[in-house]
Amino acid sequence: MKVTYYPGCSLEGTARDYAASLEAVCQALGVELVELEDWNCCGATAAHAIDHQAAIALAGRNLALAEKQARDLVAPCPLCFNRLKTAEKALLKDRGTSFAISYGGGVRIFDLADFLAQEPLLQRLADKVKHPLKGLQAVCYYGCMASRPPEITDAANHENPQSLDRILKPLGVEVKPWSYKTDCCGASHLIARRDIVFRLVGRLYEKAVEAGANCIVVSCQMCQANLDLYQDKILQELGRSYRLPIFYFTELMGLALGLAEARQWGDTHFVPPNELLAEVGLGS
Amino acid sequence: VEQASGIRVSACYQCKKCSNGCPVTFAMDIYPDQVIRLVQMGQKQAVLNCSTVWVCSACETCTTRCPNEIDIAGVMDYLKEEALKSGVALPQPRTYAFHRVFLDDIRRRGRVFEGGLLPRYMLKSGEMWRKLRTMEFTDDLGLAYGMVRRGRMPFRPRGISLSGQAEIKRLVKKSTKPERP
Repeated sequence: MKVTYYPGCSLEGTARDYAASLEAVCQALGVELVELEDWNCCGATAAHAIDHQAAIALAGRNLALAEKQARDLVAPCPLCFNRLKTAEKALLKDRGTSFAISYGGGVRIFDLADFLAQEPLLQRLADKVKHPLKGLQAVCYYGCMASRPPEITDAANHENPQSLDRILKPLGVEVKPWSYKTDCCGASHLIARRDIVFRLVGRLYEKAVEAGANCIVVSCQMCQANLDLYQDKILQELGRSYRLPIFYFTELMGLALGLAEARQWGDTHFVPPNELLAEVGLGS
Repeated sequence: VEQASGIRVSACYQCKKCSNGCPVTFAMDIYPDQVIRLVQMGQKQAVLNCSTVWVCSACETCTTRCPNEIDIAGVMDYLKEEALKSGVALPQPRTYAFHRVFLDDIRRRGRVFEGGLLPRYMLKSGEMWRKLRTMEFTDDLGLAYGMVRRGRMPFRPRGISLSGQAEIKRLVKKSTKPERP
């Protein structure tokens, strides 16, 4: 199975670990990722905040490129996904009158987690699991952008998304229910207003622990960064001694599939997961 | 506002569902429902000067839950652009500086280079000097070192093809605002 792959800028930089894990996992599942040639930044928050024309045009250029390939388009970053979907809706409604890009449609755009949670791939995943991850108790944290607003994302269940839950179950991870799946982590406020991020993220840690989790599983590199980078500092300020490793769902897939390189992915995290893995008997 | 943005602000009947669901009201000077009400009343100066539109994290909860299908987060974006056009003193200059540096980076190469983005933001926003005076700078250095050590800090910018770069420069207007608001 071949799909067009739109990595996005972070996956070439601060989220290389996400890129490495998802590429290995897709290969193991027989999903061939063909990187979109000459892709550009989707515009992210900055473009839609201060230049709405550029926001549609930047994301739209990628859609116009993807249109030439008759394949589904997969974006691992929920913000990229959201911006691509926003451009899709705007360009199809507009039909080439007010934006500098024209796009005829015909490309199905997927969030990576939604893509991998499709039934045939889930079955394939279940068949290939070698090391069930017993002992990991996770809450799935989806963040905002893969779900909201549903008019843009076409999400099936925007208040209670299921894709990560469905992927983690065949891995043997115990998924804990909680109400904060799609709450905001503060996203790019990390740079200019990190006080906002600290407050939002502090609450997420507390609620995750309250739900009985020993780790948080994400599908967004912005969420991962916000939950991981300053965790020591935030929990110190809250007077808490626990630590919660923040896994990409693809890292857990790699571990359960028994991929050799999966052991190293955790080394890029600020909250190292090895301690927890050893504690629950999943150490190497 | 309605004509320019295509968002039907007049449909608001002040149920305040937007403000109830908003995760960042604690950092706002006025609530999202008040922004909508002020727009309805034509209080241009008040909405262009409030910090709320810049504090909004664009999580889209309000837009999703509005019973009258008002794209409230879209109104926040529209008002940010209007504030820039009108030249008012921005209430959250650092947030704007980050957006600006980010968009300039896209314009430069077609993709964002995270390794260069943060140093440029520090200079442009004036953060460098504030952080040097406080302890925050050592925090940042520690974080940067940690990122480098873990292989999460890119050193080499990646761009797109030259023709692509030319196209991007057509798609993203050059900034006409002063760099340091």
